Amino acid sequence: MSSQIGPPSGGPISATSPDATKRLFVPDNPDGRPDRPEASSAKPVRNRTAMSPRTLFDKIWDSHVVETLSDGTAILYIDRHLVHEVTSPQAFEGLRMAGRKLRHPEATIAVVDHNVPTSDRTQPIEEPESRNQIETLERNVKEFGVPYFPLLSANQGIVHVVGPEQGISLPGMTIVCGDSHTSTHGAMGSLAFGIGTSEVEHVMATQTILQKPAKNMKVEVEGALAPGVTAKDVVLAIIGKIGTAGGTGHVIEFCGSAIRGLDMAGRMTVCNMAIEAGARAGLVAPDDTTFEYVRGRRFAPKGDDFDAAVAYWRTLPSDEGAAYDTTVTMRAEEIEPSLTWGTSPENVLPIGGAVPDPADEADEAKRAQLERMLSYMDLKAGQKIAGTPVDVVFIGSCTNSRIEDLRAAAAIAAGRKVASGVRAMIVPGSGLVKAQAEQEGLDRVFLDAGFEWREAGCSMCLGMNPDKLTPGQRCASTSNRNFEGRQGPGGRTHLLSPAMAAAAAVTGVLTDVRELSALPV
Amino acid sequence: MDKFTTLTAIAAPLPEANIDTDKIIPARFLKTTKRTGLGVHAFDSMRYREDGSENPDFVLNREPYRNAQILIAHENFGCGSSREHAPWALLDFGLRCVIAPSFADIFFNNSFKNGILPIRLPREVCDTLMEDAAQGANSRLTVDLARQVVIRPDGTEVPFEVDPLRKHLLLEGLDDIGQTLQQEQSIAAFEAKRAKEEPWRTVIALD
Repeated sequence: MSSQIGPPSGGPISATSPDATKRLFVPDNPDGRPDRPEASSAKPVRNRTAMSPRTLFDKIWDSHVVETLSDGTAILYIDRHLVHEVTSPQAFEGLRMAGRKLRHPEATIAVVDHNVPTSDRTQPIEEPESRNQIETLERNVKEFGVPYFPLLSANQGIVHVVGPEQGISLPGMTIVCGDSHTSTHGAMGSLAFGIGTSEVEHVMATQTILQKPAKNMKVEVEGALAPGVTAKDVVLAIIGKIGTAGGTGHVIEFCGSAIRGLDMAGRMTVCNMAIEAGARAGLVAPDDTTFEYVRGRRFAPKGDDFDAAVAYWRTLPSDEGAAYDTTVTMRAEEIEPSLTWGTSPENVLPIGGAVPDPADEADEAKRAQLERMLSYMDLKAGQKIAGTPVDVVFIGSCTNSRIEDLRAAAAIAAGRKVASGVRAMIVPGSGLVKAQAEQEGLDRVFLDAGFEWREAGCSMCLGMNPDKLTPGQRCASTSNRNFEGRQGPGGRTHLLSPAMAAAAAVTGVLTDVRELSALPV
Repeated sequence: MDKFTTLTAIAAPLPEANIDTDKIIPARFLKTTKRTGLGVHAFDSMRYREDGSENPDFVLNREPYRNAQILIAHENFGCGSSREHAPWALLDFGLRCVIAPSFADIFFNNSFKNGILPIRLPREVCDTLMEDAAQGANSRLTVDLARQVVIRPDGTEVPFEVDPLRKHLLLEGLDDIGQTLQQEQSIAAFEAKRAKEEPWRTVIALD
């Protein structure tokens, strides 16, 4: 049984008393029907032996299984629970109604990010429902004793930027949050996934989650990225290739020399959008890049503890010969600066590409959807995507708001001006990112070029706070979703990298960043 | 959570793939601190025109589908966000069952936690059920969870698969926290073992 194999230093507890097992729900054929194929086909039941090579996912999974129920569902231990204001109120309320507490508040961190304005923070939040959600979180963290970075803290920021930068998200951990972009933390070499509010409540009460193992998928990107090509282009190219359901039921491990060569911010960008490929989570094996990133962070182990942790983390990468259910291989050299043209993240084009023609689609329902997308995006079949004018440029979100992202954008913005009529916003991922950027003088670069320099938050990624598109506006955005209305009702989103977004800002049109030479900042 | 046993209801056909969570419930409606009251905003951008009036072309604005309790869609239903507001909105509208060739994982999970049964059936079967649904009020579908069949208006039975644990919880209307808490000793033993073997693990303590 998979749950009985553990890493040398931290195997799971597999010794369960028979009594305890009996208490577990075991609906052995409750309706008296012969065995149905459900368990075997719908969910993978793995038959690895103790000696079989394991993937990174297998190892993290195995070391967190508390119990396995008879139908293969695991009670999976959760190391870190990240909480924000939008998906937690109903969970806290559920605890309160049942008279329950958080099992481990000290494994939990709360922030406000989705609702918060990114303008002057000294003013009260105007929008009453947003204010209520934030105040509700503040009451809840106090009542339940949850560590919390408040709005005015320098540590406040987007939950998926805060976790890694504080050393809260570490290799080998299981990490959950009521937010699908929790996959971001997989860049640390941790199993991190989004959950719904009922599961948030379950984790709060039990520090575990009920889940069946995912399938293993390997996405291998070998080779060297060409100049001007970034992590964002890599992940867009992957989603363009496998589609938004390509990873359904899988955890994707991103491998290959192009992934290894990415810094931690780049790996976070890639894992962040694993969910846009339909995957439950994304992973990158921890290595020296990871350990150097972790070293010295606030909640990371220190001194001898750090060395002991690294020794354990080095056992995590997938074993030679480990089996994957699905493998996808790509060449890094073939990836170009990319962007989306439609209202699904799989609608990816290289910047030199042209919008597809629905007439080429054989399936009637798909053709109708493509036509709707063209109409919504106000684009014509066959139109070159480069040169399309933009109204707004948004550089931010849990996908691309780290210091490395801001540096990449600043390299393009330096010495240039935002094109007339374009609103260009820079929204750092956290107060710490903002402070560091200011220390490096990036704020001056952006302000001199005519960008807005804002406070940390989710901002225009999702249209829940004052930063929204108005109907018909076209936005070059470094965020992760281009769904209809995602950035505001009627708004039109093109997903791209920070450098490409900056290029659009200074030219006023969707532009190949390689045509602009980066000036030294 | 309400039990789900047998449901005989009007089914609404929505022949689109990739119905994302922003389509099911846009982010601007996530500012509630309750689970109820979101039905009026379900499918907001498809259901209402810019001036706020109903879009008569949208299936759930038409009779008899205003009273639909079953929705039939195409691939990758519920892709996008983890927001449980998506199943809350469907439930508040009155939907108890979604049938599609495939679902996004988190939405699929969230549905079960709220008494909504998501059923995966092959695309051609979904298309057949959509043809049934297009017949309107006299063409109700029955979903029998205990027997794991969808019964078409002509009496034909279409079997479906469902995870046994989730089936049990739905049939009984149970939430799973109480059940997991029965394993408290195992969780505590796991924690004790790890604390001993991996003392380098840190906690989040703010000054």
